[in-house]
Amino acid sequence: MKRISRDHKVRNFHQAKWDEPIIFELSNEGERGILVPEAEEEIVKVVGDGVSKIPESMKREKLPNLPEINQKRVLMHYLRLSQETLGGDLNIEIGQGTCTMKYNPKINEYIARMPEMTELHPLQDESTVQGILEIIYKTDLCMREISGMDQFTFQPGGGSQAIFTMASIVRKYHREHGEENQRDEIITTVYSHPSDAAAPATKGYKVITIMPDEEGYPDYEAFKNAVSERTAAFFVANPEDTGVFNPRIKEFTDLVRKAGGLNCYDQANANGLLGVTRAKEAGFDMCFFNLHKTFSTPHGCGGPGGGALGVVKELIDYLPKPIVGFKDGKYFLNYDLDKSIGKVRLFNGVPQTVLKAYAWIMSLGAEGLYEVAKVAVLNNNYLFKKLLEHKGVDAPYIRGKQRVEQVRYTLEKLAEDTGISTEDIARRVMDFGMHYWTSHHPYYVPEPITLEPTETPSKEDLDEYIRTLHHIFDEAYENPEIIKNAPHRSTIHKIDESSFDDPEKWAPTWRVYLRKTEEE
Amino acid sequence: MKKIGLIVNPIAGMGGKVGLKGTDGTHILDKAIRLGAIPEAPAKTIKALEKLLPVRDRLLIVTCSGNMGQEEAENLGFQTKIVYKPKKTITDSNDTKLAAKKIKEEEVELLLFVGGDGTARDVYESVGNRQLVLGIPAGVKIHSPVYANTPEKAGELALLCVMGKNIAVREEEVVDIDEEAFRRDMVRTQLYGYLKVPVDKKFMQNKKAPTPLGEEATQKAIALDIVDHMEKEICYIIGPGTTTRAIMQALRLPYTLLGVDVVMNRKIMKKDASESDLLNYVNQYPSKLILTPTGGQGYLLGRGNQQISGDVIKKVGKENIIIVSTNSKIIELRGKPLLVYTGDKKVDEMLKGYYRVKVGYGMEVMYRVEGE
Amino acid sequence: MTIDGYKNHPYIPNSVEKVQKEMLKELGLETLEDLHEGIPEELKFKSKIDLPEPYKSEYELRKDMEKTLRKNKTCRDYINFLGAGCWQHYVPAICDEINSRSEFLTAYAGEPYNDHGRFQTLFEYQSLVAELVDMDVVNVPTFDWAQAAATSIRMAARITGREEALVVGTIDKEKLLIIQNYCDPIVDIILVDYDKKTGAMDLDDLKDKISENTAAVYFENPSFLGFIENQGQKISDIAHNIGAISIVGVDPSSLGILAPPSHYGADIICGDLQPLGIHMNYGGGQSGFISTRDEEKFVMEFPSRLFGIAPTIVEGEYGFGDVAYERTSFGNLREKGKEFVGTQTALWGITAGVYLSLMGPKGMYELGQNIMQKSQYTINELNKIKGVKGSKFNSINFKEFVVDFNDTNKTVEEINKKLLEKGIFGGKDLSKDFPEFGQCALYCVTEIHLKEDIDKLIDSLKETIEG
Repeated sequence: MKRISRDHKVRNFHQAKWDEPIIFELSNEGERGILVPEAEEEIVKVVGDGVSKIPESMKREKLPNLPEINQKRVLMHYLRLSQETLGGDLNIEIGQGTCTMKYNPKINEYIARMPEMTELHPLQDESTVQGILEIIYKTDLCMREISGMDQFTFQPGGGSQAIFTMASIVRKYHREHGEENQRDEIITTVYSHPSDAAAPATKGYKVITIMPDEEGYPDYEAFKNAVSERTAAFFVANPEDTGVFNPRIKEFTDLVRKAGGLNCYDQANANGLLGVTRAKEAGFDMCFFNLHKTFSTPHGCGGPGGGALGVVKELIDYLPKPIVGFKDGKYFLNYDLDKSIGKVRLFNGVPQTVLKAYAWIMSLGAEGLYEVAKVAVLNNNYLFKKLLEHKGVDAPYIRGKQRVEQVRYTLEKLAEDTGISTEDIARRVMDFGMHYWTSHHPYYVPEPITLEPTETPSKEDLDEYIRTLHHIFDEAYENPEIIKNAPHRSTIHKIDESSFDDPEKWAPTWRVYLRKTEEE
Repeated sequence: MKKIGLIVNPIAGMGGKVGLKGTDGTHILDKAIRLGAIPEAPAKTIKALEKLLPVRDRLLIVTCSGNMGQEEAENLGFQTKIVYKPKKTITDSNDTKLAAKKIKEEEVELLLFVGGDGTARDVYESVGNRQLVLGIPAGVKIHSPVYANTPEKAGELALLCVMGKNIAVREEEVVDIDEEAFRRDMVRTQLYGYLKVPVDKKFMQNKKAPTPLGEEATQKAIALDIVDHMEKEICYIIGPGTTTRAIMQALRLPYTLLGVDVVMNRKIMKKDASESDLLNYVNQYPSKLILTPTGGQGYLLGRGNQQISGDVIKKVGKENIIIVSTNSKIIELRGKPLLVYTGDKKVDEMLKGYYRVKVGYGMEVMYRVEGE
Repeated sequence: MTIDGYKNHPYIPNSVEKVQKEMLKELGLETLEDLHEGIPEELKFKSKIDLPEPYKSEYELRKDMEKTLRKNKTCRDYINFLGAGCWQHYVPAICDEINSRSEFLTAYAGEPYNDHGRFQTLFEYQSLVAELVDMDVVNVPTFDWAQAAATSIRMAARITGREEALVVGTIDKEKLLIIQNYCDPIVDIILVDYDKKTGAMDLDDLKDKISENTAAVYFENPSFLGFIENQGQKISDIAHNIGAISIVGVDPSSLGILAPPSHYGADIICGDLQPLGIHMNYGGGQSGFISTRDEEKFVMEFPSRLFGIAPTIVEGEYGFGDVAYERTSFGNLREKGKEFVGTQTALWGITAGVYLSLMGPKGMYELGQNIMQKSQYTINELNKIKGVKGSKFNSINFKEFVVDFNDTNKTVEEINKKLLEKGIFGGKDLSKDFPEFGQCALYCVTEIHLKEDIDKLIDSLKETIEG
């Protein structure tokens, strides 16, 4: 037998294509997916059929039009669809910049799926939930150390809800101090997450945005001009999504404090800073971490995640209720917060996410977290250097300096040279079983790519990702047609998007699709 | 049968290769020809039209005779309808204007024109913003975003239009520079008007956050913010531009797109005011001045709004200047400051500094303004 | 050993010293610390953060975490009658099988070309819930019912340009806190009284309070207190007559037998997906949905994502993408209420879809019927206990009901303590949230309760109360 050649430089990937029908098309009258326990005879004897007592106007006249499918077929359907989804466990997750797609340890998931976690009712007596309360409390203590804040809440279900919670605290704080009406503005920066503007706006604030200076730092002079007696708070990410760390951040927060505003830190980009620098020393009054980013809990196709929100002592009373306390050897739910904004998520947030984050912290310890930060930055700067070796690729701002945990690149030159846009490249990257993300809108950096390797990939993984992008950039110069018509090895081909913005044609559910595509 | 219009400015771009900056005026063209310039436009026209070959059988190209479109279209086998014949072999701006008028009467889906800034101005003069148009770049000077980036892109967009797919419509500025100044390496643009052009909606992207509002919606948002906060007994001077126009539309008042309008207590005081009109108002009433960058280079003052003179500004006062802009205009500046040029150095100096530029309802960006 | 003395870690491949050196050399750097040169010295944290010693192996981690978790008493060990927004239902094995698949669990925001399966699954979840509520549009899930209700109210405020919402007085007080915080300072929340006998909305009070400034009337079915509100159409009519929007919160597990709110005038329906195949997770299983008609004015106000179906360039192939992504309703500009999207609870949406596919129409009917029978039986038996009224209200209930202990001379707290000793989680004590009830508790009975569980509750209560 001839030795099989494994010389190819890029992966010969092909995504699963099951050509699976829509679930409704699998329906066969009479099939059952699962049986529901029936009420015992003695019960029926006492109460009858149970449903005839429903007032006539409230009876459902026709059964819901759900499909009838046997159990194996349901399983097969969803397993097949799962195979058509590129989860983080399956690919070299570098391409979803800003998302911190690190490894989600399986052991943590295993622990979180124990009945001692899943089968807890949130209103159980405190004495019966000491285990989970202990874990929440201890995670709080860890977070306090990592950030320098004095108290955490884990109620927010994600980063945006954490930002909204911060905005709610800002409003309540100024209300308590009689300055709610006067302080009607918040300041943010262009490269902070869009939710840093959108969530405070939802809370009724005017938003002033600071543009970057030539180096990519938020323009300090502009900031000085923006801060005033109307400033309610400053919402900022640091590093921003460009991977540029603002070294003057303390001057920014000092200005805001002197003007009577609060400083709110979006730590979505904290992965390169663990053990290196903290919210407290940079002058922040509040900060939050995304547990599903920095602290390794899985993203679940978009949640449930977790926003761990920490505040300084003066703001503890404003937190949503309850927080977890510890007294006389017992963990308890503390509702005694007299200026509380109330609540942002039902019950106690997403405790299973907190549990997974705690398990991750306890797998690493202080030194391990510091190592995470260093390796995340090492990986990022290695990727940065290697990618820029290709013509047509660049990254604006702070030339010759290190970035923190991610970089926003630009393919402006490549696009000019070849007519291939960053969106075209995005579709082609899929042919190699990887992700690739451009940027939030609007594109302040033209033809952007945002890549964040985290500490997870090995050097070999990084090299494969780099090789793949270089290969595609070469194609842009040599064989652009292959990119324009990409993807070629995905589950599906280019989607005709013309219906999505047309109320006459869009189909957000199967029933609407059937109605709008009915033959005349 | 779908109809597409086509006007080729055959001499566009001839100055470029021989180091002249534009071909406006016959003596320049003579010079270009003497220097050995060859026509650029036909090849670029063909590059664009080739993209339409897949729908050739369903397409009628409404165009002009000879080298103003007919040759290129028929060489590629398109069916044509000739609605204009130039009288001379060397065509001029008048031919473009007349051709555009004729083609518009044919009710075409899209009017493609090949040329540069001068050609865009001619088209604008004939069709205003009542016809969907798209420029195929061939000229030396192209500052008007009514042109696609490349002839191929223009062809691809035209194809999408013909197929009725994924197209949004945007008003883009027609700007031109003073060619005399440009030949001395000075870029001075002037805003002449707006043309309606198609925009390709990009392929699906990874959407982690909402995309911002579209251009027109943003203008409306800004206008609502201004209108909601207008004070009584204050005279508002509304500068030129589409963003400021949205304010007049929100107030349901008549307006001029390129001129300066004056509003007080939600009523129009003066449409298309002159400098002396403005001086008259600002001397009588406390006033506010609303400006937006025009002409693609971030000019707030000094490009197409000379009525708003140094004297007017001095009287209004720096603190009463409100700057509005869509985000995309700010992004296009790539960090360069907004500019003022009033001709009065002292006024320009006074106007320097940071301003809160309104970019949406309750949304502001801190931005730097500098003199020329 | 690496440069900094850190032991190689399985989660950090490049903590191997040799590799680090190689990579640093590539960057022209000496040590890992050089990588953080962009951070000024005065901001650097000088000492080591003070965290507990980490576990040295996965085995030790698991062992100790299990030990901690076993301090919990679960609803498998105890018989649970708590509900109040988080309900214990049977979770079919396939629901867990699917939501623990790596592909779904660890995916996030890929393109439709990477994640066709994610898009199709969420589109199907939307379509299945749409059938259950008999409405056309359903969103990718939000955080929980409370968030869904709050967003529904703000959508209504944007659509109508009004600044007040009337909310049913029997609402869960925790949910109310969330709605109030979410709407403050844009929309005022005003409570509507309820009939003390039936619990139903007091229509006279509604008529008194409703005005030209009312954006929406929000009520629930079944109500937080478990009874069925059967004036739905009347409430919707009163709202519509003045140009307000009718929003109904619903427990989807009731919809096999109860009329969906779209049949009695609801314009927006919201609720929680948790009962549809999602474990309680100490409250971490909550997941909200919002549904409207397929009308532009509603669709344009969703802050959430909506996945739609579309053709691809290949005949016979389904594709998916975001419907009306650039939602630019001019109406919302003044109100600034664009809200925000972000990581919410997509995995629970997928799970709810799997659950509904398994249950089908008959399963949902039988579930509803089973719950009706068991809850009626429990009320019936409770009534036999001296001083106990099985249901405070004389309306029909679904799944939950208010048990009146006022005539037992015992507080709910005392009773629940006794029950706990007998391995039972008694119903939610309402004496704080509804002081006007005195000593009452909200009990929840679902298909998971066997007759013997109910009988054990009854016996234990008898012992506790009658002594």
